[in-house]
Amino acid sequence: MLSCAGGSNSGSSAQSPRSPSAKPFLSVSVTEPVKLGNGVQAYVSYRVITQTNLPEYQGQEKIVIRRFSDFSWLRDRLCEKYKGIFIPPLPEKSAVEKFRFSAEFIELRRQALDIFINRIASHPELQKSEELRTFLQEDEEAMERTRSHETGIFKKKPSELMQIFKDVQSKVSDVVLGKEKPVEETTPEYEKLKHYVFELEDHLSEAQKHAFRLVKRHRELGQSLSDFGKAIKLLGACEGDPLGKAFSELGSKSELLSIKLQKEAHNLLTNFEEPLKDYVRAVQSIKATMGERANAFRQQCELAEATKLKEINLDKLILIRSDKVPEAELEYRELKAESEEATKKFETIVRLMGEEMARFQEQKTADMGLAFHEFAKGQAKLAKDVADAWRTVLPKLDSCATLRAK
Amino acid sequence: MMGAETTPSFGSPPPREEMESLVLTDDQSTYRSAMSSSSLPDDRHPLSAVPVSLDAGDPLLSPPPPVLQGPSSPSSSFLDPPSYADSSEHLSLDGDSSSRSDHSSSTGYARITVSEPLKEQETTNSLVPGSNTYVTYLITTKTMDPDLGGPCEVSIRRRFRDVVTLSDRLAESYRGFFIPPRPDKNVMESQLMQKQEFVEQRRSALEKYLRRLAAHPVIGKSDELRVFLQAQGKLPLPTTTDVASRMLDGAVRLPKQLFGEPGMGYVAPQEVVQPAKGGRDLLRIFKELRQSVANDWGGMKPLAVEEDKEFLERKEKMQDLEQQLSIASQQAEALVKAQQDIGETMGELGLTFIKLTKFETEEAVYNSQRIRAADIRRVATAAVKASRFYRESNAHTVKHLDTLHEYLGLMLAVHSAFSDRSSALLTVQTLLSELSSLEARAEKLEAATSKIFGADKSRVRKMEELKETIRTTEDAKLVALREYERIKENNRSELERLDRDRHDDFLGMLKGFVINQVGYAEKIADVWEAVAQETSSYAKQSQ
Repeated sequence: MLSCAGGSNSGSSAQSPRSPSAKPFLSVSVTEPVKLGNGVQAYVSYRVITQTNLPEYQGQEKIVIRRFSDFSWLRDRLCEKYKGIFIPPLPEKSAVEKFRFSAEFIELRRQALDIFINRIASHPELQKSEELRTFLQEDEEAMERTRSHETGIFKKKPSELMQIFKDVQSKVSDVVLGKEKPVEETTPEYEKLKHYVFELEDHLSEAQKHAFRLVKRHRELGQSLSDFGKAIKLLGACEGDPLGKAFSELGSKSELLSIKLQKEAHNLLTNFEEPLKDYVRAVQSIKATMGERANAFRQQCELAEATKLKEINLDKLILIRSDKVPEAELEYRELKAESEEATKKFETIVRLMGEEMARFQEQKTADMGLAFHEFAKGQAKLAKDVADAWRTVLPKLDSCATLRAK
Repeated sequence: MMGAETTPSFGSPPPREEMESLVLTDDQSTYRSAMSSSSLPDDRHPLSAVPVSLDAGDPLLSPPPPVLQGPSSPSSSFLDPPSYADSSEHLSLDGDSSSRSDHSSSTGYARITVSEPLKEQETTNSLVPGSNTYVTYLITTKTMDPDLGGPCEVSIRRRFRDVVTLSDRLAESYRGFFIPPRPDKNVMESQLMQKQEFVEQRRSALEKYLRRLAAHPVIGKSDELRVFLQAQGKLPLPTTTDVASRMLDGAVRLPKQLFGEPGMGYVAPQEVVQPAKGGRDLLRIFKELRQSVANDWGGMKPLAVEEDKEFLERKEKMQDLEQQLSIASQQAEALVKAQQDIGETMGELGLTFIKLTKFETEEAVYNSQRIRAADIRRVATAAVKASRFYRESNAHTVKHLDTLHEYLGLMLAVHSAFSDRSSALLTVQTLLSELSSLEARAEKLEAATSKIFGADKSRVRKMEELKETIRTTEDAKLVALREYERIKENNRSELERLDRDRHDDFLGMLKGFVINQVGYAEKIADVWEAVAQETSSYAKQSQ
């Protein structure tokens, strides 16, 4: 559970504190997963507890019940509205059927959702969003209504609809005019960034894959230690004491270590593999933002070109003193306004991305630093436990004398 | 064929023995792996995977130290974990024969090595070129034999067929002893010979086999072994002739035996030192077979039975031991594989992180990236180190737990020795039955003769022949009994030796295993502890 101290380094809170000494804070926790419903429609619901002193929120503490699709809704809204910002990723939507309700999976998901909502709550821009407030505050029925209102075409404003049609139009005309490739940003700096993000995703995916395998290996080793321990005990029963007792002791330790290995496997999964997976998702979120940036760039370019053409046309009309001039002038001004807006949109995205990259790198250094620490700690402890367990068997072995005449 | 296998050559063997051999066939793979050089099937041998997986030309990895190089591998210092430096005497690098090779000096052979496999051509002309090649191995023995002028080194060349001969002759001469089982023959011999791997496997298996023979307190001193190791040129031991040709010989004798030709109907005393089965005497085979059927299905108890209660108890214990050994040996293999796997995956993880750290360093724009790259590098280095420790530790674990496989293989020898005993008993029983039926005939003949007034010359002659047969059969019975007692005594002393040896070898195995595990676990703990320290600031940050 991350508590957000309002005066964090990346930005200032928009609200002035109610009293000079109270720092604004917003802290959320996702708790108590409960399985509801039956059969195919079964799902898990979570208790989301918000504690805050921000004036926009209704009171000190609010508790609501939310399910995964509610989190998903929040993310979709934020992605639409805040282009340029790396919206924190969600855990995977689907899972293998029989795994979907296992305790381990549910717990991992709960943790991931907790991290998700807190990242939003601590982001200087996103924490101010109406969507977040809705998510954290609305009662369950109101939440459902809000969600269903905004499905399908109705969620789009008329101007956005126009934009969609225009996009389709321009795509068609591109094809007709034979413009094969969409316009792309090609500044060396941005190229470098794109290359970095794509390659980073590859590296991280590989690392996550190996981390997952390592979890499996721990489980397998645990299993074989358990089987080995049992077999050794039975074998020792064929021997007389004190050797038989030593066998038995060794077998018991083997079984004990088996349990420790299963524990470490779980620890690895939660504190090492999951953060790596989260890292991969974050990079994918960046790629999505890069997609948005590309769209915005293309739009800006197209509108700029269209505006230029309109200007040339207008000048022509003025020269021949056509009576279409007023109409053309109006169209030109409208188009120019749109073009300027598209440019502004694009530039916002570029600026935001710059800030977000810096923030992202810092965040990831902290996240991975912690993950590495937990990984090393877990492995060190496991190895120590292994050494300790086997060491206790030695006195029993030393007390057995050899029978063979030397 | 005599020797380790109880393959029925004629009719069905006594059911008891069949039960025993069933245990053998169920675990073919275990036994095969027990008898081949590496005790794990090759694709799972941790060291055969070693060169491939981790040495991807990465600068961070130094080449893995040569561990399983055979008898001359050095006792590297990394093996002695600080807290157990004084216990290093318990570590047997040369696992299989180090504890026992101390004793081979008492049998006169200090060191036996098998090397230099060579392909040789059969001298007889053949129609198909290349079909009669075989492999010979150079066998070098350091011997104390006074006949050769004290301690010296002898080298001779032998082929696998010679080893089979040696094994067969030993099985005949040392009934009742736990004779170490010889390496497997292979059906597809000529094709397999081409494979480098197979030849190497066989070479190693032969070496182990000969060393075990030499280490046996009785067999190590045998003429057969001495002659095998020291006689130059062709092996001067009688070869095992085809079963078919023996049957053929026997088939020639059979009619004469059945028609009571003098000198053919009874068994010569000296022959009873070997069981009838596998021999040439068909009639004798019939008789013993009939006896064994009578033992199991007839209403009467045989005239001699296994009475030794202590033996029967021990036999049961052996069967129990065999079962537990089989399971333990399987689980040991699984454990070794699991340890190898975790080491491999750790290594792969480390390599991936090395790539990642290089990438972040090269592409660094922000300082946070450089810090992260350094963190990743720490973890990567530790993971690669840990992976190497897992691998090294496992190489030792393989050797220690190999003892389980060895003793599992030895159970075959125990079966053999026990079946020597039961077949010797069967011979005694057969002779006793025969004696009693001969004596019954004699009585009848006596009664018939006395009724007739005046001795009938032919009847008198028959009586004398009968009496002669009875005398010879008595002699044979005495020889058979003596042989049976001898084998019983061999069984007993061998069981005691097995118990002693097993106790010590298992003790050594457990000690070695534990010390190895502790040592490497401590090393791995240190590696990770250092990284945990270096990254401890992140833990405080998150609170």
